[in-house]
Amino acid sequence: MRKNVSLKIFAGLVFAFLIVPLLIIIVTSFGTNSTIQFPIQGFTLEWYTKVFNNESFMDSFFLSLQVAFLATLLALIIGVPAAYSLARHTVFGRNWIKSFFLSPTIVPGLVVGYSMYQFIVIKFQFPIIQGLLLGHFLICLPYVIRVVGSTIEQLDFSIEEVSWTLGCTKIQTFIKVVLPNITSGIFASFMLAFINSFNNIPVSQFLSGPGVTMLPTSLMNYIEYNYDPSVSALSVVLMLGTVVLMFVIEKTLGLASIS
Amino acid sequence: MSYVELKDIRVSYDNKNNILKDLNLSIEKGELVSLLGPSGCGKTTTLRVIAGLIEPNDGEFLVDNQNLTKVPVHKREFGMVFQSYALFPHLTIKENVAFGLKLRKEKKNNIDKKVKDILEITGLEALSDRYPKQLSGGQRQRVALARALVIEPKLLLLDEPLSNLDAKLRLSMRIEIKRIQSKLGITSVFVTHDQEECFSISDKVAVMNKGVIEQFDTPEEIYKNPKTEFVARFIGFENFFTLTPTEDWKYKAVDGTVFQSNRDWEPGKQTGTIRPDDIEMAASTTQHTDNTVSGVIKVRTFLGKSYQYEVETSIGTLIANKADDVVYQVGDAVTLSIPAHKLIIV
Repeated sequence: MRKNVSLKIFAGLVFAFLIVPLLIIIVTSFGTNSTIQFPIQGFTLEWYTKVFNNESFMDSFFLSLQVAFLATLLALIIGVPAAYSLARHTVFGRNWIKSFFLSPTIVPGLVVGYSMYQFIVIKFQFPIIQGLLLGHFLICLPYVIRVVGSTIEQLDFSIEEVSWTLGCTKIQTFIKVVLPNITSGIFASFMLAFINSFNNIPVSQFLSGPGVTMLPTSLMNYIEYNYDPSVSALSVVLMLGTVVLMFVIEKTLGLASIS
Repeated sequence: MSYVELKDIRVSYDNKNNILKDLNLSIEKGELVSLLGPSGCGKTTTLRVIAGLIEPNDGEFLVDNQNLTKVPVHKREFGMVFQSYALFPHLTIKENVAFGLKLRKEKKNNIDKKVKDILEITGLEALSDRYPKQLSGGQRQRVALARALVIEPKLLLLDEPLSNLDAKLRLSMRIEIKRIQSKLGITSVFVTHDQEECFSISDKVAVMNKGVIEQFDTPEEIYKNPKTEFVARFIGFENFFTLTPTEDWKYKAVDGTVFQSNRDWEPGKQTGTIRPDDIEMAASTTQHTDNTVSGVIKVRTFLGKSYQYEVETSIGTLIANKADDVVYQVGDAVTLSIPAHKLIIV
């Protein structure tokens, strides 16, 4: 019992260490002081209106949203068939290919960002928006392949064979039988890839250029010169968005199956 | 020319080891033929060659005089039932069954009628709007059967359809399958490793071993007259001893005992075999006649309705089952007689 109590205290401390800074951010976003201070003096929603009226925040927010959405969509279009082939066919060096596709989640973000900068911007001179899209597509792809792949692996292969015997071609089977049964995986991978693209700093930082700023970059730029609670307010808005998305994933597939 | 013909089929994944070799099989219209054998004998591979899920390296496959060897699976119009049922989880029972008909672009009225009829035959009307996960194993198996039958297939292929069901359900389902199959008169191939199941349901049985059909006969013929040692062992013969043919219908065992058998002898065959149930056992007598050997009981096992004895004799250890009206003890000397009409030479 004694051991259990000390373990509980330790776990509680770890949890507090993780959660308290977030709580403080939330509280400070409502403060009336002109700098981020804790505890706060009075209550106001002024910082939230300021965030929504800040043009550079809003522009970069929508840009981030668009890039994340398009990149995730692209990743699904390429990633779902790729995940299917990896799960169903004995491709030569399948495990190597799988590990390779997952590498962007393992390699440090800075390295990924820098190497993409080397190729996308310096070597191939992509236009900024296309370059950003390509970069974020590569961030999204591993999530799609991993999550959709594991859903496909759980699917009984014989339902596809039955569908062939009933007269479906392989493509018809993929559309009529496989896709309807992996929607939860597709949805979850969409959410996960979207969140990761949206929150990604290094790749956005390296690939953006004049006049094109992603939200995390514009937030960092802002903090460099201002230290007012609108940063807190924006953080709260982003946290809220992420929490809502994670909640939806939890309800549709369960977080356990994708981590 | 039979309705279904497999000619010299060879299947190999690496071109070194053959999964199937020189396999020939003829099935008449309306017959239910079983492929029986232990796991890894090639029975499922044979079924998948028929279905078109595996393309054979060599050989031809014909149905109704049409060569289907190169025809892809989705154009063969065979119904297939899988061990895992393989129902579409996202569709209701009705939609599962209608799946094949919708692809054939039939009129909606037609589809509805056919689906209704087959659900009635398989006793599933009440479940038509449920989803597969709401059904029991036996019900799912019936849906799988209905889905395969509704397209009026030229051939019905069943891959161990009963092995996921419990013993009682298995019994009633196999009667059900036989009933529906003979009612619709549909030519069927049934894969199983369970000999009782296979004998009860089939018109003909192909016993397979290592990619080869060892014997293709009616269930009675296989049960009474196994042609090879493998077949004999697989269907419950447990006693095997060497015999050398002497003159007409007579054989000599290693200890000189003379045996007679009513069965034909073919060159090269020199093993006598008999089921434990067919050996007659009595207290030891000094009188020695043909077809009898003396021995001592080494092990006795209680089987419920009978006892099983392992008897050490001069021709080897023999296993005999005997009802419990007379019980012998370990160490007793007994005489075993092997009736000529039960002794098989393989």
